[in-house]
Amino acid sequence: MTATAEPEVGKARLRKEDARLITGQTRWTDNIQLTGMLHMAVLRSPVAHARIRNIDCSRATAMPGVAVVLTGEDFAAEQGSLPCAWPITEDMKSPPAPALAVDQVNFAGEAVALVIADSPYRAADALAEIDVDYDELPVVLDLEEALRDTDLVHPDLGTNKCATWVFDSAEAGSGTNVEDEISSAEVVIERTFRQQRLIPSFMEPRSVVVDPSAGMFTIWSATQIPHILRWMLSAVTGIAEHKIRVIAPDVGGGFGGKLQVTPEELLCLLVARRMGRPVKWTESRTESMLSGHHGRDQIQKITLSARRDGTVTGLKVELLADMGAYLRLVTPGIPILGAFMFNAIYKFPAYRFVCTNVFTNKVPTDAYRGAGRPEATFAIERMMDELAVELGMDPMKIREMNWIKHEEFPFNTVAGLTYDSGNYEAATARAMELFGYDDLREEQARRRADGSAVQLGIGISTYTEMCGLAPSRVLGALRYGAGGWETASIRMLPTGKVEVITGTSPHGQGHETVWSQIVADRLGVPFEDVEVLHGDTASSHKGMDSYGSRSLAVGGTALVHAADKVLAKARTLAAHMMECDEADVEFASGSFSVRGTSTARTLSDVVLAAHVAHDLPEGMEPGMDADATFDPDNFSFPHGTHLCATEVDTETGVVKIRSYVAVDDVGTVVNPLIVDGQVHGGLAQGIAQALYEEAVHDEMGTLTTATFADYLVPSAADLPAFLTARTSTPATSNPLGAKGVGEAGTIASTPAVVNSVLDAVRHLGVRDIEMPLSPERVWTALQGRKADDAGEVAAGGLGSIDAQGGQS
Amino acid sequence: MHISVNVDGVTYADEVEPRLLLVHYLRERLGKTGTVVGCDTGNCGACTVHLDGHSVKSCQMFAVQANGHEITTIEGLARDGKLHPVQEAFRTNHALQCGFCTPGMIMQAIDLLADEPDPDDETVRKGLEGNLCRCTGYQNIVRAVQDAAQRMKPGAGPKIEQHSDEHVTAKQPVGGE
Repeated sequence: MTATAEPEVGKARLRKEDARLITGQTRWTDNIQLTGMLHMAVLRSPVAHARIRNIDCSRATAMPGVAVVLTGEDFAAEQGSLPCAWPITEDMKSPPAPALAVDQVNFAGEAVALVIADSPYRAADALAEIDVDYDELPVVLDLEEALRDTDLVHPDLGTNKCATWVFDSAEAGSGTNVEDEISSAEVVIERTFRQQRLIPSFMEPRSVVVDPSAGMFTIWSATQIPHILRWMLSAVTGIAEHKIRVIAPDVGGGFGGKLQVTPEELLCLLVARRMGRPVKWTESRTESMLSGHHGRDQIQKITLSARRDGTVTGLKVELLADMGAYLRLVTPGIPILGAFMFNAIYKFPAYRFVCTNVFTNKVPTDAYRGAGRPEATFAIERMMDELAVELGMDPMKIREMNWIKHEEFPFNTVAGLTYDSGNYEAATARAMELFGYDDLREEQARRRADGSAVQLGIGISTYTEMCGLAPSRVLGALRYGAGGWETASIRMLPTGKVEVITGTSPHGQGHETVWSQIVADRLGVPFEDVEVLHGDTASSHKGMDSYGSRSLAVGGTALVHAADKVLAKARTLAAHMMECDEADVEFASGSFSVRGTSTARTLSDVVLAAHVAHDLPEGMEPGMDADATFDPDNFSFPHGTHLCATEVDTETGVVKIRSYVAVDDVGTVVNPLIVDGQVHGGLAQGIAQALYEEAVHDEMGTLTTATFADYLVPSAADLPAFLTARTSTPATSNPLGAKGVGEAGTIASTPAVVNSVLDAVRHLGVRDIEMPLSPERVWTALQGRKADDAGEVAAGGLGSIDAQGGQS
Repeated sequence: MHISVNVDGVTYADEVEPRLLLVHYLRERLGKTGTVVGCDTGNCGACTVHLDGHSVKSCQMFAVQANGHEITTIEGLARDGKLHPVQEAFRTNHALQCGFCTPGMIMQAIDLLADEPDPDDETVRKGLEGNLCRCTGYQNIVRAVQDAAQRMKPGAGPKIEQHSDEHVTAKQPVGGE
């Protein structure tokens, strides 16, 4: 065995995963073909709210190739209710969530019948022959209207209000009373923002295959959460957990959209059990958009109090969050993940957060990249700009005077968190330098003075976020139904090769590469000698899977601990082999030696000795494998400064990003290539929220953006080149010093872009524009300065939703 | 209907339904699962293959329309165990994360480079407009395509590799110079 020549951590290793992905040798779930496999197709409700009067399957059943047609009645006794693992309050209202509607549909896209046939084409043919009679009910779409309870999504609940969740710094003892601060403030700013509904839009449509043979249910699924899925499917169906094996093979993106226990996963399992044959379901893109969970969708009323000198004194957040029609796996908790982040990097003495979760007849919402934190970051970063405008101060200056200084870490925040490390000054200085802030401000002034048709705007986002989900005790205190630990195993094979088993479940993040780097570094083995196994509950029996930028900070730490256990045992055996005191054994570059001598044994020698077990110290078990589970003490807190310059054509409303600088502090970086990639992709999704994407329901509750022709996932031509750089203050909450990077770009970028556009046109009388900032909306807002009757439009906020074709 | 199609150098003769999409023929009948389906509307380009050397979206074509033609998929690009320069450039520039869009993105990039052997940033972005990626933000994809363009130039790369580079590019079914 040769030692690694240089440290692996920090090295821009090319990815191990790529070899199969660039040659088409991939293992997507939809690639799986099993003998005798049936295909499931799902009939979905075209209406948003209705009683099901009758379903006539007779013609469909008679179609060629059709094995059976099934409705909710067929499954009523066995399908149970899809799980919601996060009852945020004791009195939270939680309606039953059948995988297949039995007598009522509550959103357009809900599953109402299944065709099981011998080919996907024949299954689709038969779907068209099913007749469903609906008695339509009034649809509930608008959040504020829903709270009046005039019409009810779930009449049995008696209200559309799901739950109200409150955090108050005075009650928590983490700060003063916000109402006192507001009433005594020199400046009070109140704004209302709308977080439009987004669709995660992972590129690989969801797919499930269930094989019921050999006394075992083997489930392949395009999921982020094979372990949680196994647990939940067992809980819902009563099938013993050890008789379910879940495999997440290659998974084509998730972004939270595959952090779910879906109706189709459950239905495939039930159908396979019923038919005794393998069953596959693969969704179309439109099905994905109609039935896979959506993200965001909040109305945020924010009140900020400050002194005239710019010092902030209080922050009050009142949210309405759209749950959609049902509570999926973590639906109600998503806005709560934002509760601790509105105060962001600023030293607010007082903070109050009240979130009201509301049912509507829309697709359920749940995790989407950032999950609660982008919403919070958007609101606070918009508010800091509003305060700067109100006081006539530079927006960076006002941030700087309010943020936590680098020497103040660790810092206990008004929301009750402890930020372990950070340096906002350093990230900002680097970003300002790369961006050319002063030059751009000069150019902006020139263009304003010239009355140029194309105006320049500069937007700032000095964000932080909480990730590395999560300390189990905190999740318990928040009433979440699971823990936040992660686990790893190392198997030392007799030839010295290494198998790593991780409980994380990558779907594009590159864990096979990065986990190999960590182990190579720790054990001094070649990068190529490490194989990473994941995403199969038969090999990786426990884990909490991948989401919330947790995999490296939590799962990577478990791996470090497992490697340390291997080394500890190997050291004892090496001492035994070299007949020396353990205290005299040194380990470097994959080799144990006796201090001050040339006597040495490689790790490979020691592993072989442990494997053959001919001569072990008294009481030592054969083998050199180790397991470790890590439960973090704290979240991690990436931060950074993002600066965006946009050119806004005041004649057409078209926004063009001229330059974008992202300086992120994600702690220690294991692989800079992968970290840059995560930031790029995160930026693209955050910019897309600012400028392009919106899931729109019409007044009947029909999703009108259910294709990629209507829902504007940006192409290469829609996005700029990004300038990324890093500063680093290692996290103190894990031995790697890693903070997490999966969501940072998305969390940071949306307000940077919107602040920039508003900065370009604010002098023309525009105060706000609702996202996404389409040319039409920007242009309309600009017209508002001229036409009195369009004043509401120019003012933006909620008053503009109707006029701009939103969902009110 | 009876069709005869050459896919990645092998000629197949099959009976197919007239409505069978080319991408389903490739995936379900021929087991060419390297080519994938990402949407229903021709927007995402994940299913892009080459038909007689030009990129087409195989979810927007019927298998019968490929009768008598040559199809190249992502699985047919490597020659003699050596990756196509565009495949190699995608790997070395970290131009993929989940990799689902990658086969289509690579096939489209090769088509683009056949028309534009030395594209600037904007030309690459416009040329890939019909292929969506949700992971990378496109930055490294653009870089990979430009890098591939350099790799595919005659005489590109270190001297010792020049012979083998020409050898590979000369054998490409499409793209190149």
